[in-house]
Amino acid sequence: MLESFIFSVLNGVLYGMLLFMLASGLTLIFGMMGVLNFAHASYYMLGAYFAFSISEYAGFWVALILAPIVVGLLGALTERFGLRNVHKHGHVAELLFTFGLVYVIDELVVLIWGRVPVNYQIPDALDFTLFSLYGSQFPAYRGFILLVAIAMFVAIYVLLVRTRVGMIIRASLSHPDMVGALGHNVPRIFTLVFAFGTGLAGLAGVMAGNYFITEPGMAYAMGPIVFVVVVFGGLGSLGGAFVASLIIGLVTTFAVGMNYSVADLLAGMGIAFGQDSVLGINLSRFGLMLPYLMMVLILIVRPRGLMGARES
Amino acid sequence: MSRVNTSGSAVLRRLAVWLVAMAVIAILPYIFTSGSSVSMMSQMGIFIIFALSYNMLLGEAGMLSFGHAVYFGLGGTMTLHAINRVNDGAWWFPLELMPLAGGACGLFFGILFGAVTTRRGGVTFAMITLGIGVMVEASAHIFTDFFGGESGVTANRVTDVTVLPFSYGPSIQVYYLIGAWTVVAALVMFLLTRTPLGRISNAVRDNPERAQFVGYNTTITRFVQFSLSGFFAGVAGGLFAILFEIMTAANVGLIQSGGVLLMTFIGGLGVFFGPIIGAVLVIYLQVALSGFSDGWILYFGLLFVLMVMFVPQGIAGVIVAHVAPWRAGLLHRFVVPYALAVVPALLSFVGLVAIIEMGYHLSLSYNPSSPIELFSVEVVATRYLSWAVALLVFAAGIASLRWVTGQIGSRWGDVNRAMDTQGHGND
Repeated sequence: MLESFIFSVLNGVLYGMLLFMLASGLTLIFGMMGVLNFAHASYYMLGAYFAFSISEYAGFWVALILAPIVVGLLGALTERFGLRNVHKHGHVAELLFTFGLVYVIDELVVLIWGRVPVNYQIPDALDFTLFSLYGSQFPAYRGFILLVAIAMFVAIYVLLVRTRVGMIIRASLSHPDMVGALGHNVPRIFTLVFAFGTGLAGLAGVMAGNYFITEPGMAYAMGPIVFVVVVFGGLGSLGGAFVASLIIGLVTTFAVGMNYSVADLLAGMGIAFGQDSVLGINLSRFGLMLPYLMMVLILIVRPRGLMGARES
Repeated sequence: MSRVNTSGSAVLRRLAVWLVAMAVIAILPYIFTSGSSVSMMSQMGIFIIFALSYNMLLGEAGMLSFGHAVYFGLGGTMTLHAINRVNDGAWWFPLELMPLAGGACGLFFGILFGAVTTRRGGVTFAMITLGIGVMVEASAHIFTDFFGGESGVTANRVTDVTVLPFSYGPSIQVYYLIGAWTVVAALVMFLLTRTPLGRISNAVRDNPERAQFVGYNTTITRFVQFSLSGFFAGVAGGLFAILFEIMTAANVGLIQSGGVLLMTFIGGLGVFFGPIIGAVLVIYLQVALSGFSDGWILYFGLLFVLMVMFVPQGIAGVIVAHVAPWRAGLLHRFVVPYALAVVPALLSFVGLVAIIEMGYHLSLSYNPSSPIELFSVEVVATRYLSWAVALLVFAAGIASLRWVTGQIGSRWGDVNRAMDTQGHGND
C-alpha cells in the first residue's frame, strides 16, 4: 500500500512536471499576448519529432538543445507571418487561427514522418535505475525530466522577474503603447514571446517523446489536458500553472491507480449497492474524465482559476 | 441586415427564395441519381441544420463553442434508443418525428450545460465548452449502457410506425425526410433571427457591456440562445442517426465539434446562408477528397487557416460584398482583375497540391519511387527535379497572386469611391 502510494506520488509529480513544461509556455503566451494558443501541443509534438530526427545524426544531447530552438524558430515564423496578420480581427480570430494550425501541423507531421510511431529512445547515458524502493525501480530518465522541469521553472521566473528583458516583456503586456513610446518594438517582443513559449513546448516534447511514444496522436493526447491545467491554474499565471500541473498530475495518477468503485466504498460502510449500476463502475475509469470535471467546476465557482489575476 | 423590410414585395421575394430551395431539394435526386450522391446530399442536409445551429452561437451571439457536437451526438444517440424502444413495441412514435426526440435530448443537455457555460462569454466560454466536450467524450467510454461502448449504439430505422405510407428503408425516402426537416429547421432558425431574442443576441455579441447597460440580461440571452441551438443540433443528430443507424463516441467528440466550426466559418458567420454554403462545400470536399487523397485533412486545415487570415468574412461574406457594386452597376469593373487572378491562383494551387501529394507519397507509400499522377502528368516523387518544378510553380503562383491581390484591392478602392460619389449624386 505504502509502496504504491509513494510511486503514485512520484509518477504524479513527474506527470505534473511534464504538464507544467507545456503549460508554462501556453500561459506565458496568453499572459503576454492574450492569445490562447490552441496549437501548443502540436509544437510539443514537433519538438519530439525534431528531437528524433536530430538525435539520429547527432545524438540526444545535441537534440536536447537544438530541437527546442528549431521549434521556437517555427513559432516565431508562425507569429510573424500568421498570427500578426490575424491580430487586427480580435482574439476569437486568433483562437480560430491557432485552431486551424492544429490540423495543419498534425497532418504535416504525418506527411513528413508517417503515421506509425518513430523509434525515439532514451539515451544510453540515462538508461539506468536511479534507485529502488520496495523492489520497484525508478528510472534515471524520470529524475532527469524532473530536473529539467525544475530548472526551467527557475529560469523562467528569474528571466521574467529579475532581468530587464523580463521587465520590458511584462510591461508590454499591460501598457503596450507606453512601451512602444519608450522606443521598444512591441510586435517584435510578441514574436519573441511566442517563439519562447513554443520553444518551451518543444523542450517538453524532447523530454516526453521518448518517455511516452512519439506518434502523430501525441498532440491530441496532450492538448486538451494542458488547456485544463492552464485554465485551472488561472490564465496567464505561471505560479497557478505550476500548482495546477501538480494537482492534475497527482489526481489523474491516483485515480488511474484506484481499483474501487463507489459501490465498493458504500459496501464498506454497510450499504449494499448493485455492482452493475453507475456506482459500480471502477473509479479508475473516471480518471480520464476527472481533470475536465475539475476544470468545469472551477470555472463555475471561480472563473479566473486558482491564481489568475483577472478574468479572461 | 440591420433594416427589417416588411413591405409586401420583400416578403414575397423572401418566400420565393424558400420555395426555390424546396424545389431544388425535391429535384436534386432526379439529377444526381446514384446512391452515393443521394447519401452525400442527405449528409449535406444534416450538416446544414447542424452548421446553422452552430451559427446561432458563433455568428448570432458571438459564442465560440468547441463542444457543439455534444448536443448533436447525444441527440442522435437518444434517437437511436427511441427507435429501438419503438421496435420493441414499448413506445409508439412515428419515425418522421423521431428527430424531435434528438432535439428534446439536445435541448435538455443544452439547458443543463448552458446553465453552467453561458454565464461568461469570450475565451472563458470557449474553454468551458471545450472542457465539457472532452468530458462527455470521455464519459462515453464510461457509461457504456447509453453510448454502447466501443461499437456504439445501433438501430434499425424501419419501425413500421410512420405517419406517411413510407417504410424509410430506401435511402431516397430518408433523403426526402431529411430534406423536409432541413427546410423546416432552417426556416425556424431564420425566423428566430428576426425575433427580439435574435436581435438582442446580436447586441450581446457586438457589445455585451452596452447591452447590459440598456437593460438586457446577457446571461439569460446567451442561455436561451444556447439551449435552442442545442435543440437544433439534437435534431441534426437525430437525422444523422436515422441516416447511418449508428452513433459512436466519436460523434460527441472534439473532432466532430471542430468540423462544424470549420464548415460554419468557411461558409461565413455574418450571413444567414453562410453556414449552408459551408456545409454543402465541406461535405462535398470531404466525400470527393477523401477518396482522392490521403491529405484531405491537411487541405481543410490550410483552407481554414488561409480563410481566417485573408477572408474572415467567409464565402458568403465575399458574395454579399459584391451586392452593393452590382446594384450600383459597377460589377463589370472587377472582370479584368478577377480574370487576371485566375492564372496565379491556379499556379499556386497546382504547386501546393503537387508538393503535398509528393510528400504524402514519399512518407506513406510502400514504393516511394513509383510514379503518381498529378493533373494528368506522371510525377516521380523521388526525383529532385519534380520538387524543383513544383516549388517553382508554387513560388511563381504566390508572387503573381500577391501582385494581383494588390490590383484587386486598389480596384475595390476605386469602386467604393465611385459608389460614394453616386450616392451623393442621388441626394
